[in-house]
Amino acid sequence: MRYLPKSDSERREMLDTCGVTSADELFAHLPDAVRLNRPLALDPGISEYEIVDYFKKRAAQNANGYASFLGAGVYQHYRPVLVDTVVSRGEFLTSYTPYQAEISQGTLTTIFEFQTMLCQLTGMDVANASMYDGSTAVPEAAMMAVRATGKGRVMVARSVHPEYREVLRTYARHQGMPIHEFGYLEDRGTIDLEDLAHHIDPLTAAVIVQSPNFFGVIDQVKAAAEIAHKHGALLIMVFTEAVSLGILEPPADADIVAGELQSFAISPCYGGPFAGVIATKEKFMRQLPGRLVGQTTDSRGNRAFCLTLSTREQHIRREKATSNICTNQALIALMATVFMTVYGKRGLRELAQQNLSKAHYLATRSQPRFSGPFFNEFVTRKEGQSPAELNKALLKTKIIGGLPLAKHYPELSDCMLLCATEMSTRESIDLLATALAATKPVEVHA
Amino acid sequence: MIKKVRPHLSQNEALLFERSSPGKRAYQLPELDVPEVDARAALGAENVRSEIAGFPEVSEVEAIRHFTRLSTWNYAIDHGMYPLGSCTMKYNPRINELVARIDGLAWAHPYQPEALSQGCMDVMAKVEAALAEITGMDAVTLQPAAGAHGELTGILLIRALLEKRGNPRQKILIPDSAHGTNPATAAIAGYAVENIKSSETGALDVGALEQLVNEDVAALMVTNPNTLGVFEHNIIQAAEILHRKGALLYMDGANMNALVGIARPGDFGVDVMHLNLHKTFSTPHGGGGPGAGPVAVKKQLEPFLPIPRIRRAARKYIYDYNRKQSIGRVRAYYGNFGVLVRALAYILAHGGPGLRNATVDAVLNAVYIRKKLEPFYDLPYPAPNLHEVVFSDKRQTARGVHTGDLAKRLIDYGFHPYTVSFPLIVHGALMIEPTETEGKLEIDQFVEAMISIAGEVETDPQLVKNAPHGTRTSRVDEVTAARKPILRWKPE
Repeated sequence: MRYLPKSDSERREMLDTCGVTSADELFAHLPDAVRLNRPLALDPGISEYEIVDYFKKRAAQNANGYASFLGAGVYQHYRPVLVDTVVSRGEFLTSYTPYQAEISQGTLTTIFEFQTMLCQLTGMDVANASMYDGSTAVPEAAMMAVRATGKGRVMVARSVHPEYREVLRTYARHQGMPIHEFGYLEDRGTIDLEDLAHHIDPLTAAVIVQSPNFFGVIDQVKAAAEIAHKHGALLIMVFTEAVSLGILEPPADADIVAGELQSFAISPCYGGPFAGVIATKEKFMRQLPGRLVGQTTDSRGNRAFCLTLSTREQHIRREKATSNICTNQALIALMATVFMTVYGKRGLRELAQQNLSKAHYLATRSQPRFSGPFFNEFVTRKEGQSPAELNKALLKTKIIGGLPLAKHYPELSDCMLLCATEMSTRESIDLLATALAATKPVEVHA
Repeated sequence: MIKKVRPHLSQNEALLFERSSPGKRAYQLPELDVPEVDARAALGAENVRSEIAGFPEVSEVEAIRHFTRLSTWNYAIDHGMYPLGSCTMKYNPRINELVARIDGLAWAHPYQPEALSQGCMDVMAKVEAALAEITGMDAVTLQPAAGAHGELTGILLIRALLEKRGNPRQKILIPDSAHGTNPATAAIAGYAVENIKSSETGALDVGALEQLVNEDVAALMVTNPNTLGVFEHNIIQAAEILHRKGALLYMDGANMNALVGIARPGDFGVDVMHLNLHKTFSTPHGGGGPGAGPVAVKKQLEPFLPIPRIRRAARKYIYDYNRKQSIGRVRAYYGNFGVLVRALAYILAHGGPGLRNATVDAVLNAVYIRKKLEPFYDLPYPAPNLHEVVFSDKRQTARGVHTGDLAKRLIDYGFHPYTVSFPLIVHGALMIEPTETEGKLEIDQFVEAMISIAGEVETDPQLVKNAPHGTRTSRVDEVTAARKPILRWKPE
């Protein structure tokens, strides 16, 4: 087999050294009762060519050649060529977690740069080396707030990504962490501050708000933070569309920022792998979960980096650790790092500006459901045609429409969430807009 | 005599922020084909930021040189052997990378219609089926993003089952040889942790287990083969003890690469386990992630698996969300799909018989290393090992040299260190796992290096204590890093 680098004679020589005549003898000490006495019921191995063929056929069964207006936490942004060039280097791709700092400075340096850029983007003092994704960063941030405040209750806005809230509930259920959801304003699509103020109490550890929120609306982070702080709770700001950070005021009033970096050159890949991140103020640094890289020197006095503050982590603290997390998403975080480098200070702004312009162009042709300001996503509806019917009609012209909201927001069952990015062409936007603007249900024609 | 490597020049490289200069760029966006929107008008002036202070501005050439230069400061499997015990650093086939980037897979949106996702769903169904066959379990969820995440999922499943039976119980038993994630996971799932001391042979002490298991115990979390690389020969008995008292057996599948095609956890009493696709199934570690941690369960735990579940209905796949007993979601969407694609490519390449051959070679390599190094290093637990072998630094400490020093010296010989000071039951552990993808030449060079270092400890211990000598970065001051944390760059 091509992944096994031994010749028969080498194998024989090694067996001799081990004092056995056959490889099966190496397993002779296993109890009979545990042995599998038949071959695995899996097909024999196939060639490289056949593997490519298999996956190309699977890919052909998916959407191909469609213009898509889906966002909802996973965004279609262009992926600069440099990103794959860098992450395909075996030195990054096939290296281990950088515990051995002397031979891992490449990975460590890029993580330090990642942490720095995330601080610059979010206005926070420290950022960790990444989390699994945004959805798991949220419960980790909530647990962090619980540790920092010594309180247990968590309030989360209904305008936070519904699947993130589901993950939060799964994590919270067995930790004595009651979750209370609060609403959004029917007209603006921003959080209902009165509802928050009414239900927050002295036992609340954290208030979780997303901005831009799940409806694409820039939310009231500052006002929510004021209410949270008045009650001794921390404000956790969630983001799913990282490109928005290129143009939106950083959430200086938040105590913890938990987000998803998929927008930074990480392909949608049917939902993962992505990279999440948690950033915070310096005073909460030691409550952070996950890996952190710090600057130091080597014995010759040269600048060097290493994993640090590991006394927070499971391999040292075991059941007293800040989290059970053992991995970061190093390679995915590196993609984001290369992306941020390629676009840089001006490019990220320009990219965000383009996203804003495309979505607003689409919105001029279809009335947004909410009046709050939005970035590259908005909720809309069409009189007389359900989102499902509209989407079905759109598919015929190779357009994947928006996400119907009925499943998670019954009160918005006539609405869909649309997203436009720099990759949405005017032509496809016009096609979609025509279908949305038509006075009665129409068959769309390309 | 160091044969594998000799020094070569490596480029210095500043941080991105130190290289930046206003106006440099590595990007070009297409001309905007719609009217430009005034951001302050659209978003509200108070919502629009000023420039991102300190953010890099470099050219394309500088960007590629920056990352390429940094990459040369890393050791990687593509350079050579990574004898990291427990981490299973095997070759990462490049075909896996290619197929994961095929457009129809890489650009699939998780919310695109099911009818236009059948290819992705078929890949996932195939991975589930293959992992169920390999582990001998009844059902698999692919949602967990990594091993520790899989552990959490598994323990929540146990809790859900026990709750349904009327009592979730309070404790999880964990051997003292376990990975740190095990107790951390139990704590997050709301359980108290009780350690079980390993027996004199380093194995799970079934006598102790028998005494500890009662109505308060929810489960035992055990790694098999354990972290000494030794198969828990009493595993069936342990499962019976647990099951008799209504407790469950959780297996940490970190070492599953020692069993594939040889023995199946589902056949020796395991109720739930996770797999690390980045270990056994060759997906790249990428400097610390991403991984994937599918969880395999026996039938009784199936109703509790995270939503959604993939189901075959008529002639297509559908997602089933209507599962009242589910523990809920552990992650948004369906899991690390891109990692699943890579793992499936590996399974297809090997096929059933090939996977078994890989296991056999992994064990052969480890036993061979043990035979070669036994005369030079202390072997605290003599039981026959499978895919890894654990020595101690007992002989070398007499000369003031510890496992961490030996490991650092190994770098000078052109190897990544083995796993240092783990498992905790071995004082001064040297945990060595070669994996099946090392050839005889590389292993012989490793053995030679280890023997040479053992000699240096006798003749020149200081040489070993100050290692590494040949790297561009010498020993790093980790104490200062932790005492005065500098976690981001700031302008002078």
